[in-house]
Amino acid sequence: MSRRRTTVYWTGFCIILALLMLAPLVLPEFWRRFLTEILIWGLLAMSSDILIGYTGMVSFGHSAFFGLGIYGAAAALLSVNPPSLLLALLCGLVAAAAAAAFVAYFSTRLRDIYFAITTLIFSQIFYVIIFTWTEVTGGENGLTFSRPPLAIPGLFSVRFTPDTLHWFVLGVVVFSYLLLRRITQSPFGMVLQSIRENEARTRAIGYPVERYKMVAVMLSGLFAGLAGVLYALQNQFAAPDFVFFLVSGEVVIFNVIGGIGTLVGPIVGAAFFLLLREGLSRFFTEYYLIFVGLIFIAMVIFLPQGLLGFARRWLNH
Amino acid sequence: MEIAFDQLLIQTINGIVTGMILALVASGLTLIFGIMDVVNFAHGELFMLGAYVGVIILAATGDFWIALAAATLLIALLGAVIYLTTLRPLLGRDPLYTILATFGVSLVLQNYALWQFGPVARKIEEPFTGQFTLFYLSYPWYRIVIALLSAAIIGALWLFLKFGTWGIWIRATTQDRVMAQAMGIPVPWVLTGVFAIGAGMAAASGVLFGPLVGVTHVMGVDWVLKAFIVVVVGGMGNLAGSIAAAIFISLLEAYASLWVSPAQAVIVSFVVLILTLLFRPTGLFVPTPK
Repeated sequence: MSRRRTTVYWTGFCIILALLMLAPLVLPEFWRRFLTEILIWGLLAMSSDILIGYTGMVSFGHSAFFGLGIYGAAAALLSVNPPSLLLALLCGLVAAAAAAAFVAYFSTRLRDIYFAITTLIFSQIFYVIIFTWTEVTGGENGLTFSRPPLAIPGLFSVRFTPDTLHWFVLGVVVFSYLLLRRITQSPFGMVLQSIRENEARTRAIGYPVERYKMVAVMLSGLFAGLAGVLYALQNQFAAPDFVFFLVSGEVVIFNVIGGIGTLVGPIVGAAFFLLLREGLSRFFTEYYLIFVGLIFIAMVIFLPQGLLGFARRWLNH
Repeated sequence: MEIAFDQLLIQTINGIVTGMILALVASGLTLIFGIMDVVNFAHGELFMLGAYVGVIILAATGDFWIALAAATLLIALLGAVIYLTTLRPLLGRDPLYTILATFGVSLVLQNYALWQFGPVARKIEEPFTGQFTLFYLSYPWYRIVIALLSAAIIGALWLFLKFGTWGIWIRATTQDRVMAQAMGIPVPWVLTGVFAIGAGMAAASGVLFGPLVGVTHVMGVDWVLKAFIVVVVGGMGNLAGSIAAAIFISLLEAYASLWVSPAQAVIVSFVVLILTLLFRPTGLFVPTPK
């Protein structure tokens, strides 16, 4: 039985991967860009799932890690000429990891609800700093920069086309998914899930719960930063709006809509949300969030497992 | 830079005035959290809607005090409706779901306000424009009245919790929900009532604060963030702690804005929060249990 499940899982995985790889060849320009964007937001939501779904901590501060990833990449791309992809990745990840270490140290001192509030407040700290430090961050106007070539130093260097950018993003997202899936199934991931189920008992068994939580927040922040770097590559633009806590709120919405604790659920949630926004905003311009909010409330009440909740056990198999 | 004594005194008064409004917002939040275990993300939106209802009723009746009372009552009613439709079904589930649900409510309310009232700021006229001379400034009496009124509302809440029948029910429900139910206290109605009271307090502070800034659909966001900081610094669910923390943080921010811009002065409250989390995670004014 379990062997068959594994086969079905990997077959499904390969089919979806193949479809996503072929997509840019057949989709028109607008939808190709849209799909790349879904993958990036999906990665951000997936990174948050490590906390919400597997450790049982709702983070309202993921915009900080995402934003620092964007600004870190921007700093690398603006200060080094010619722009280097590897350096952008490195700087974005370091910036996000530093922010995550800072937030993790303070916010894991408090439980459940307090964690949500403190991560929210901490992301606002970064927002205020980025918003007011105009000389470095460009303040409200943000920063624009050019896209680096897809290069491995000494080997090759080609310019990104929309297609190769999509494949690059897809590659990073799939790699992150497989890595995160492996992590959630590792002994470390098991401890995180046991914290979610019963924190007091996990502590009683002898696990240093605080340390595990801190590592979970840092891991999550690191992948959120990776999503930020990808976003910087895609849009060549950094703005303080990406650090504002509404982005964190949207990330939580992606998770709940898609199904927490599944890793792919958040990507589906992001796709659902962005499609909904695309569809609704044609009729209701900026008020579409009223309907998004109503759908979200209804899902919290009636379908807390999310769209993919039914497949949760199977996906984590 | 030399800071003159008179500037310091003016900032002290400013700090206490904003601190009292913040205390009013935060005490509604604390009340709801302490009694119901619900973190109300929509609190800032109730504050904002209160201000809008104040604008409308002021335009219709021309009387500030009627507007204040009506906005408080209407938003309290709205609070009860929100509780019954979105939070009652979540009773008994993980409190995290209440954060998600109230976040959804805040999205709906904020964008409803944008849709209904547009992005242009509205103005509430001050009920009286008298001023008194404070050194070289003429300081509006209205600000002093706001501080006193906020204090009066918080005082009334305290008396109500201490002596009213409903107050006793509320405190009993906080202590032991199941036992309170067994003693015949209508717990579901007590919870609805508490949410309504918290919402009404947010609306009242919105109307009171309206004349100082324009009324816009995003005015609640800043306040709810500040109120969250206050609630964490004061100790979650601790009413007196929140009030003290509100005044403390507002005073610090007021002093800080002597040197830096008000946007950067916010960082002071973040520093207070970080220090509190480091050394007194259960609240600045509460001894940490060993």
